[in-house]
This record gives sequence, C-alpha cells and structure tokens, in this order.
Amino acid sequence: MTSGTIEASPLQPATRRPGRLLSLSAAVAVALLLALPALANAFHVVFVLGLATQVLIYAIAAMSLNLVLGYGGMVTFGQAAFFGLGGYTVGILHQHFSEASAFLGLLPGSDSLLVCLAAAMLVSGCAAAIIGSLSLRASGVSFIMITLAFAQMLFFLFVSLKAYGGDDGLMMRHRDVAPFFDTGDDANYYGVCLALAAGWFGLTACMVRSRFGFVLAGLRQNERRLTAIGIAPMRYRLVAFVIAGMGTGLAGALMANDLRFVSPDMMHWTKSGDLMMMVIVGGTATLIGPLLGAAAMVLLEASLAAQTENWQLYLGLILLAIVMLTRGGLAAALDRLFGGKR
Amino acid sequence: MTPALELRGLSKRFGGLTATDDVSLSIPAGSLHALIGPNGAGKTTLINQVAGDLRHDAGAIMLGGIEIGALPAWARVRCGLARTFQIAQLLPHYSVLDNVALAIEVRQGHCFRFFADARKNSRARDQAMSHLEAVGLSARASSAASDLGQGECKQLDLAVALATRPSLLLLDEPMAGLSALESRKMTELLAALKGRLTMVLVEHDMDAVFALADRISVLVYGRVIATGNGDEIKADEAVRVAYLGADDDRC
Repeated sequence: MTSGTIEASPLQPATRRPGRLLSLSAAVAVALLLALPALANAFHVVFVLGLATQVLIYAIAAMSLNLVLGYGGMVTFGQAAFFGLGGYTVGILHQHFSEASAFLGLLPGSDSLLVCLAAAMLVSGCAAAIIGSLSLRASGVSFIMITLAFAQMLFFLFVSLKAYGGDDGLMMRHRDVAPFFDTGDDANYYGVCLALAAGWFGLTACMVRSRFGFVLAGLRQNERRLTAIGIAPMRYRLVAFVIAGMGTGLAGALMANDLRFVSPDMMHWTKSGDLMMMVIVGGTATLIGPLLGAAAMVLLEASLAAQTENWQLYLGLILLAIVMLTRGGLAAALDRLFGGKR
Repeated sequence: MTPALELRGLSKRFGGLTATDDVSLSIPAGSLHALIGPNGAGKTTLINQVAGDLRHDAGAIMLGGIEIGALPAWARVRCGLARTFQIAQLLPHYSVLDNVALAIEVRQGHCFRFFADARKNSRARDQAMSHLEAVGLSARASSAASDLGQGECKQLDLAVALATRPSLLLLDEPMAGLSALESRKMTELLAALKGRLTMVLVEHDMDAVFALADRISVLVYGRVIATGNGDEIKADEAVRVAYLGADDDRC
C-alpha cells in the first residue's frame, strides 16, 4: 500500500453496515451544523460562523476535485482555475451591475445570487470542457503539467486584466441578493452555503454509486478492461472533469460572495495545492473525506495563524503526520475508529 | 455466406521489424480458427490489431462484411467483437459479479446514468450470475476480483468477454499460466461454446489447439505459412521446418 492515496478502494463492498455509533455521530454532526448560528450567538463566538462558512465552501470544491482525483484517478493540478473563474464570474457581473455597463458591451451585469451562481457554474463548466478535452489526451505527469499550465495561463490573464482590477482584484460593495432573505446577514449566508454543500454532497453520493460512477472508478482501476467491454474512456473522464469544474466554480462563486472580494490569488497554483491537500488529508475516493479535509485545513490554518507567524511550518508538519499516520486520510481513521472494515 | 472475420493484406511494422506481413485470412461464422506459431511470430500483435488496441499500417479488417479497421477499440466491441487477454484484465477492487454486470450494463446502453444505484440493477445482475455459472465461478460471485487465483481470473476474463454477447471472440492464450486441470476445464468451456460464436484462438498448448480448432493457421515472422485442418498442419513440411528447424541447420 505504498501509493495508497490514489489507489484507495473507491466503492466499498455493498455488504458493509455502518455501525450505530457512526450513524449517531453523523446525526450529531448534522445537528451541530444546523444549530451553529444559534450556538455561535449564544456563546458570543460569531467568528465561528465565518470559519464554518469557509469550511463549507472549500468542502464543495474539495468534493468536486475528489470526483476526478479520487474516484477518477486523474491527478489534476489546476482545479483552482475553476475556483477563480467562478469567483470572477460573480465579481465581474457585480462590477457591471454597479456601473450599469455590460460585459463586452453585450451582457448586462447582475447582483442576483441565483443568476450569478448559475453563471459561475456555466462559465467554469465550459472552461472545464475546453481544458479537459485538451488535457485528458495526456495522462500521468503530462496531464498534471498541462492542467497546471492552463491554470497558470488563466492566473496571468487575470493579473493582466486591468479592467477587472488586475493584481488587486475586484471588491464587491455587497453580497449578491436573493429573494426572501438578506444574504448580507452572516447566519443567512451560512445557511445558503450549508444547503448547497449538502446538495452537492447528496449529488456526489448518488453519482459515485451510479453506473457512471462505477465506470469512472473502473477506469482508474483498469482502462484496458473497460475499453474491451465497449467503454470510450475519454467521454466519461471528460464528463467527470466538467462536473468537477462546475462544482469548483460554484465554490468559487460562493467564496467571492462570502469575502466580497475576488483576486487572481484564487486561481494561483498554491490554491490548487490546497484543494489537493484537503482531498488527500481527508481521504481520496471517500464521500466524507473532502469535508473532513476542508474542515481540518481551514480550522488548523485559523488556529495556528492566531498563535504564530510561522504557522505554515506547523501546518505542514501536522498535515504530514495526518497523511502518514492515518494511511488513507481522516476518513480512513474514522472508519477504523468506528469499527468499520479495516 | 459472408465470413465472420476477414483479414485482407493486413500489415504492421515496428520500425525495421515486420510484425504482421500481408496476412489474409477468412474465418467462416461459427468456426474456431487457431493461430499458432513460435514465440515472436506476431500472434498477439495480430489479435491486438483486430481488437483495435494497435492500429494496422495497411490492409482491411472486415467483421461480418463491415470494415472496422478505422474504428477505435471500444467501438469494435459495440460491433460484436470481444477479446480475452493473455494476462486477465479485471477490475481488482470490484466484486466478481460487478465485473460481469458492468459489461452487461454497457451492452444495454450508455453509462451516463448519474442517479440510480448501479448495484440495484437486478436484471443485469441476474444475467451476470448466469454468465458466472456458465464458466463455473458462481460460488465466487461476491469475492473481490483481486482475491481470485490465476485460473479463476482467466475464467472471469472469459465471462466478461461473453457478457458483451460477441459474434466474434478473440482468445489470446486462454491456457497460459493455468494448471493442467484448469486448462482441461478451459478447453471444455471453449468446446461448449463452439458453434454458438466465431472464435479466434491463439494458443501454445497444442493438445488444446488440435482438440478445439476447426482450422489452424501457422504464423512465422508475421507471415501465414500454412492454413488447414489439424491433420494437414501436422503433415505440412513448412510448418515442421518452422517449428523444428530444417534438418541441415539443426544444432
């Protein structure tokens, strides 16, 4: 089990029964997430809500990446491109809305959350279709380098786009608005992110058990086998790549709204690395892994940064320890803890 | 009647090496045609070209009268061509039943189904079970494919190929790596399939070849030097020279 991260078993045998302890702790976790705004208020720790929102947003991105990296076995190092594109879609639409101008003189801006989230998913999905159809012809190290190259190209494109802030990025005056409730309220916005993260989780859970997920994980195990039963590998990989791009774009759009700010940093290669770390630390090709990984990264970063200036050193050491000691990430550790199959 | 498989002037070169040299073969539907030849004669290369894993340089491949030479490997499967591998190709993390069921689901249509649980497709799973029974693996249905022994892997590889319901089955050394008992079992399995589909058999086990084949072609340095039934091949002078060496340069 030397290369355990990518080779981790994708679909657990159907015979596996979740322990009672496991379902109980899952219920507690869900209840905690639902009650978090009230709890944060009661205990006067409102900043927790902001952290939790960040965790949920990164969890959506990490779940998406896990679909290609974990289940599909495609090691892409350019996922931040879609994160940034999602963010910039929101930022650019917002700028045109506040200036009452039009994008390329054609598309009017918008500050509707629904419109902007949908547009972000559309843009990042199209970008993923283009990048995927070019990069998926390669595999292994060349695939890693090509995805990285595309992400860096986009990064430098946005750095040089002075109309949209260039290096400095774009500020948004307020969050995009939604009907019936005020997104400016942090508790409400947390609710939006929680609902979308839950929805994306449910969608992913369906997908990896479906025929499509079966084929995707099969392609990782043995492409030759699947070709010999009549599967065209590229099509399935590309669809997974596009779905993952859309999910990451959604996360980017939510992040832009959360911070009311987008900058090229969102698509920097280190952001791709962060997302990869979340997946690997949490556990590749597991449903719950990306959630745990996103929570671990965000919370560790926040708590360490409050203690010391050199927090990145300690963060690195802790992540290293998690990856080396858990053999399969936090999800695998939980699995063992709750007496699941070893 | 159109032959199930027809090769016309098939050629393949790797740099200076001619791996397949102007091979023409016509295999009638329902028959079992064996390809034999010394190591390095290009038998597996020929199978790989027919299956589409390798692209041929010149010539034509006709499956039931339709040219399939330009199609990628996966599309040839959709035309009714299936193959087994010298080293069984399986999905190690999936159960034995999953391996076969997936082939059936692919045959039933595309796999862009994102919501329904694939393991709850009872029709595909029932059919998969009957394929496993046919190759004698039903007792291992829920084991992981990675837990199978070498003989069982080959049986599963065959079951997966049959699950695609091929009209033409390419068998690349199905007995390689099997014990005497296992290879006798495999011979029986293939004998039971005879007449129901067309088979091309590449094999070094001559007992199996002469027991199963309707016709045999001998391949040497990528070239077919003889084609005929078992007795004709045994009596052929060129075959003897190729296998045993000519009298004067025997060492």
